[in-house]
Amino acid sequence: MTPILIFLLGLAALMVVIAGAGIFWAIRSGQFDDMEGPAQRILMDEDDPLIPRRTLRGGEK
Amino acid sequence: MSEDAACFHCGQPVPPGADYPVSIEDTQHDMCCRGCQAVAQAIVDNGLQAYYSHRTALPSTASELIPAELSKLALYDHPEIQKSFVIEEKDAAHLKQASLILEGITCAACVWLNERHLQQLPGVKNVQVNYGNHRARITWDEREIQLSRILREIQLLGYNAHPYNALQQEALRRRAKSRDIRRIAVTGLSAGQVMMLAVALYAGAAFGIEHSTAQLLRYVSLALTLPVLLYTAVPFYGSAWRSLKSGRLNMDVPVTIAILTAFAGSAWVTFRGTGVVYYDAITMFTLFLLSTRFLERNARERSVEATENLLKLVPAMALRIRDGQQEAVAVLDLAAGDLILVKPGEAVAADGEVIEGVSSVDEALLTGESRAVEKSVGTAVIAGSINLEGPLTVRITGVGENTVLAGIVRLLDRAVAEKPRLAQLADQVAGYFTYVLLALTLIVALGWLWVDPARVLEIVLAVLVVTCPCALSIAAPAAFAAAGSHLLTQGILLTRGHALETLAKVTHVVFDKTGTLTYGKPLLNQILTLGGMDENECLRIAASLEQASEHPLAASFQARIGKQELYPVADAQNYPGKGVAGVIDGRRYTLGNRRMSLAAENVDDDAQGATVGATLVWLCDEQRVLARFALSDELRPEALGLVSVLQEQGFKVSMLSGDSAAAVQHFAARLGISDYRSGLHPEDKLAALKALQAEGQVVAMVGDGVNDAPVLAGADVSIAMGGGTQVARASSDIVLLSEKLPDIWRALQAGRATMSVMKQNFAWAAGYNFLALPFAAMGFIPPWLAALGMSVSSLVVVLNALRLKQI
Repeated sequence: MTPILIFLLGLAALMVVIAGAGIFWAIRSGQFDDMEGPAQRILMDEDDPLIPRRTLRGGEK
Repeated sequence: MSEDAACFHCGQPVPPGADYPVSIEDTQHDMCCRGCQAVAQAIVDNGLQAYYSHRTALPSTASELIPAELSKLALYDHPEIQKSFVIEEKDAAHLKQASLILEGITCAACVWLNERHLQQLPGVKNVQVNYGNHRARITWDEREIQLSRILREIQLLGYNAHPYNALQQEALRRRAKSRDIRRIAVTGLSAGQVMMLAVALYAGAAFGIEHSTAQLLRYVSLALTLPVLLYTAVPFYGSAWRSLKSGRLNMDVPVTIAILTAFAGSAWVTFRGTGVVYYDAITMFTLFLLSTRFLERNARERSVEATENLLKLVPAMALRIRDGQQEAVAVLDLAAGDLILVKPGEAVAADGEVIEGVSSVDEALLTGESRAVEKSVGTAVIAGSINLEGPLTVRITGVGENTVLAGIVRLLDRAVAEKPRLAQLADQVAGYFTYVLLALTLIVALGWLWVDPARVLEIVLAVLVVTCPCALSIAAPAAFAAAGSHLLTQGILLTRGHALETLAKVTHVVFDKTGTLTYGKPLLNQILTLGGMDENECLRIAASLEQASEHPLAASFQARIGKQELYPVADAQNYPGKGVAGVIDGRRYTLGNRRMSLAAENVDDDAQGATVGATLVWLCDEQRVLARFALSDELRPEALGLVSVLQEQGFKVSMLSGDSAAAVQHFAARLGISDYRSGLHPEDKLAALKALQAEGQVVAMVGDGVNDAPVLAGADVSIAMGGGTQVARASSDIVLLSEKLPDIWRALQAGRATMSVMKQNFAWAAGYNFLALPFAAMGFIPPWLAALGMSVSSLVVVLNALRLKQI
């Protein structure tokens, strides 16, 4: 039983290291700089202009 | 790199082959030697690039070659560099004052340590450290001590100080935040793994497990706990060590003891091979503690952000107009008398007077007033307001620390630096509590050693963790910070630390009349035509005649007539004490009191329809009276509402005025104030106030800030109507930047709300600690639950304080 346990523990440690590296990368690349903006942004439709554009030419919106 | 380039820092030739580049404002500059590189890098790293655009002479090389370590601090003694962040006291040039950021402040004890240590240095006149934003305001005597020495002392204490700079503060905050998140992430990963193994070990203890397997799990847990012990928990050790060194315990002492003893005990068990390990408790505790501190820091930053935003209002660059040419210059280089162009959409860089252009500006962040304020030639603009419509040319009257904005910020700093009595008390209690806690832990440990030695470690851990007095020490500051910041966004500026506390106790509100309940300047409120000429025509003639006059009444005519064109006046004459005269379109008119013209003297005057106490002005031509204007001071429209609200809420309301009995009586009747006194000199007002206080009333005095200074100073809490430059010399505890009377009621409510939130916080924190302690001491609380309880209790306190932002 012990060898498989050692293997699994080693695997867990490897996962931890990978997860840690991932988080450090995410922090360094600024993904944690704004904790509120992205949560709001997902609610806004990009194809829905916030300032309605005026109709420039007849028929075209 | 060219061969004969001069060193950017010292100006000496760069020797061939030397490679000491420094990037200054995105440009690579070459230095001649490692020394210059170090100095230049230090200047850039501390956000002082302005030095290079400021300096008028190169440094004298030999003396500037100080060891790099010292040079960084010595830089701050340089007068050119000091220009950007140091102000001189007005009456004594050798007294300097600077605002510094302190890095490494983790608790109220750090604030206390810095203040006490610096205060005792010879030459340091005053030190105030703000826990909310980690800013220190230091005043020192240049003849006795250098700034670099002060900074060195701060470093010796284990903190790091550098001049305040909004951008740099921002960068620093971002770095601290990344660091915190990294720590939390590492702790979280470690805690997750350790918890899994702990479940296996607990299960093993219940259902049986091979000894070798258990040992394997223990060793792996130990390894996984090491990153927490050696990396993420390190800030606690540092803080605990500093507090031990200063002889005043903070809450990081029990935290450190808990983490270290738990680890040492568990490691001992692991090597020996029998017993219970607490790696899971260590990692969980650290995780909760770091997360709570992280959340608390965010909440605190949110609660002081209104103050911080004020400092960011002034732009860094401005367009200066010199000899008809525009040039972009740093705001630091502007001086009084310069002309600057403020384009629409830009913030005004300095206080000044408009000399060209018409526009409206947004002063909302300064006054809480969201309506734009009209500006035209001759009106004053203040630094930090935003120009909305057209370009304005402004002649500067004040820059940097001499602006209204800087005055407001100084008042704010003073308010935050003066700790309210209750907050001081809480600090003391939390300090004693730590001693009591450590003593109790020792007793509990000895007790359990006797009862059941195997459980000592677990119990000690639970007691130390569950009773951490974090919540107790942030209960008051969190509430004050949230309330103060919220009031500021409404245009209510607290300038004294005790203001909120006293506001909550006020029973009696005393108003000054002129300038407070009324506008304090005469308004033209009635026109009676007597000669058949129409009203507007009379007004136009009157306003034209008044063009030449400097009398305060003149302005109200001009204000009333608005933008209509005035008549050219020939032969304009001013009769002091009587009025003005002039010829318009061939006819001679007079405007003034009854002595000004014969015709007016003969009118049968019963002041019909005019307000009591109004000033009457007569417009006459050579034969007859054309019109009578009544000018009087008017009540501010919200005054009636405020007085009735206050009376409904059970406050006693009085009016003390220096004005004539008739006028005071008239206004008192309109407002429904039964207690009023008239014809008072400032010292009479003060005596009346003292009499009220002798009756046991807690008095809030509302005045207009300038002429009421002694009375305001004598009241328990004073509120001044504050526009413009008055703010800078406010002697009152609260300044209504908004000049809106209902804000007085808002401030009173805020005071009460703050006190009740603070009491709730204290009750919660103290209740939690006293309730949790016996359970932990008796062994009913496992260490991980203790960690959770401690974190939740501090979070509750912070979140409760944030409710104050909704008053």
